[in-house]
Amino acid sequence: MKRQNVMRATAVAALLSLGLTACGSGGGGSEEASSTLRVTLANHVWTDIIKEAIPEFEAESGLKVELTQLGEDQLSDQYNVKLNAGTDEIDVMMYRPLQEGKLFAQNGYLADLTERVEGNAEWDWSDFQSGPVEATTFEDKVVGVPLITEREVLYYRKDLLEKAGLEVPKTLEELEAAAKQIKEENPDTAGFVARTGRSAAVTQFSSYLYSFGGDFIDDSGKSAIGTPEAKEAYDYYGRMIREYGPENVSTDMSWPEAMAIFTQGGAAFYTEADSLYKNATDPADSKVAETVGFAPMPEGPAGSKPYNVPSWGLAINEASANQDNAWKFIEWATSKEKTLEVQKAGVPGPRSSVWEDPEGISTYPKDLAEAIAVSAENGVGYDRPLVVSVAEAREIVGDPIVAAITGEDAAKAAEAANTSFEAFLEDEK
Amino acid sequence: MTALSTETPQPGPAPKGPKKTGWQAYSDWANDHRKWLFAAPAMVFVGILIVFPLAWTLYLSLTDASGSVRAESDFIGLENYAEVLTDTQRFWPAVGRTFYFTIGALAIQMVLGMCIALLLWRPFKGEKFVRVVILLPLVATPVAVGMMWRLILDPNIGFANQLLNFFGIPGQPWLSSPETALTTLLFVDVWQWTPMVVLILLAGLTSLSDEPDEAARIDGATAWQRFWYVTLPLMMPTVIVAVLLRGIDALKTFDILYATKGKGGGSFNEVETLNIYAYGLSFDYMDYGVASAVLILFFMIIVACMWLVTFRRKGSK
Repeated sequence: MKRQNVMRATAVAALLSLGLTACGSGGGGSEEASSTLRVTLANHVWTDIIKEAIPEFEAESGLKVELTQLGEDQLSDQYNVKLNAGTDEIDVMMYRPLQEGKLFAQNGYLADLTERVEGNAEWDWSDFQSGPVEATTFEDKVVGVPLITEREVLYYRKDLLEKAGLEVPKTLEELEAAAKQIKEENPDTAGFVARTGRSAAVTQFSSYLYSFGGDFIDDSGKSAIGTPEAKEAYDYYGRMIREYGPENVSTDMSWPEAMAIFTQGGAAFYTEADSLYKNATDPADSKVAETVGFAPMPEGPAGSKPYNVPSWGLAINEASANQDNAWKFIEWATSKEKTLEVQKAGVPGPRSSVWEDPEGISTYPKDLAEAIAVSAENGVGYDRPLVVSVAEAREIVGDPIVAAITGEDAAKAAEAANTSFEAFLEDEK
Repeated sequence: MTALSTETPQPGPAPKGPKKTGWQAYSDWANDHRKWLFAAPAMVFVGILIVFPLAWTLYLSLTDASGSVRAESDFIGLENYAEVLTDTQRFWPAVGRTFYFTIGALAIQMVLGMCIALLLWRPFKGEKFVRVVILLPLVATPVAVGMMWRLILDPNIGFANQLLNFFGIPGQPWLSSPETALTTLLFVDVWQWTPMVVLILLAGLTSLSDEPDEAARIDGATAWQRFWYVTLPLMMPTVIVAVLLRGIDALKTFDILYATKGKGGGSFNEVETLNIYAYGLSFDYMDYGVASAVLILFFMIIVACMWLVTFRRKGSK
């Protein structure tokens, strides 16, 4: 007798839980222009600064900001999963225009901001540098607002140079000679360090490629990594790390690993993005904070041609029902005042007016500000192949870098990569 | 409720009585179909979380879906499978690495696990303390384990090389060299999962009765003979459970590989197993069709392995 009662109760419970599941999927997402704004940002110095100022925005606008903050890779995966599913749970999104911009825009994830950016004269869209603006524009539509810009500069150790009696290298040839001399004179210190990971190294290698007169893709849209210039660049970059780099060098290094070697005093020269300079000058993280110097990217056969790119931008999710409020946030976060404030705290921005303002570079080491000015002048607007599937392309063009680092024939590796890259580009058309 | 309890509680079709209230009708219905009702929550769960994703993956593997899952994709039949199965650059090396990793790790874990289990079998002083210490790697999160080993094995600032240098031995590349990375990770896996094998085998050992062993001892068998001809055959069911559980787990290993070498399994794809490859295809290349084909093939491999082990077990009985 008891058994039946139990059975009924179970049946009811089961049906109830079924019903609840059904309801669960139906609810949510129906409210229009909610006063809660969902903002997804990457882990970055910029985010840390803006996070503290968010209460200020909330007071001004009466909106409530719900912040999600993720590491670079997790952020990519989140976007991949959520945007693929057509989520409306993201309103404002921080993204990498050169890495994901084309893909996201092509998939229709990014809202068209053209009217909005042009509609506010005071906020002043024309103040944004043209290179970054180009990177956040897709098929003549503005789909994002540049946030952080970066250029490759040479980090070096003043003390080691002085000890060796050397000048700051102005050309890649001088850089190699200096790295060689310092490595020979100081057995425990590497002459040179830079990123070594197949994919991670591509962006920093790009400045070498351009300075040797090469490029990833030529004007006709064909692969250019098999040209003599590119082969020379691969060979040079690989040789610098193989011959004058740290012992037992790993082929997986991205900037945190390479930066750690430099800031622990393990290397004399390091080429890296300028936006990371705080890692080297902050005494809490860096043993070389007192002795680090900055110089423009050394000249190659084709001159000094570092990249000058917007590494991050802000965009609005096309599926968001809260686009007007999302725009308010972007307007606030990228205003002249905020950009100046953030730039003074160490994050280079995309606004010309801020760079022209002496206050905008007042907190920067003097040599760094000079190096940035040079790079901004002759910089190239991209640091990786401009394609849709950037991750795949980076692995292909990055292959010869690691091959050269491990002592394989760089020219041969470049030939092989050239064939794969050609097929990849053909496939993407 | 008391009125209801006068009904016949027997299972099977309820007697067709005239006129019933709604509740009674429902109650009878529930009674008739109770095997379905009881199983319903579990079935729904399995359906939503296992069958549907599997079927969807199977469907995706037959299309050229890429870029965005919502974008239009064409049905292309088995083209993805043909592409994957003829790919000697990434797929077959990944299969090779998966098996090298699984078989290597499993073999070492079983032998080592058996040795430790035999040592812990007989009571000794400090037994509890030793057991707890041995289980520690098991409770650590795999990603944290990966990061910890990555720091320990760092070629320049890692503890492992500093220790070697202290004894005058030159530093090793460990994870950073394409030749040694996968083997290094194999040993990290051994470090982490041998305790689980010990745990399973120890449970098996404690449930054995002493008589056969005693009989063999009286007959003058050596320690090795007693282990090989008496204990091990009796332990076989437990050993197979351990092999099955650990084997499937090792095949699927993802976290320590990803946490130490990142996307693509390093710059030379040196630790790229099937799981890492499929992840890269889907999250980096956004080639959902090909990624799904790889995963379906991987699934078939796992099922085949499981079948082999269980089939052998039945055959030997």
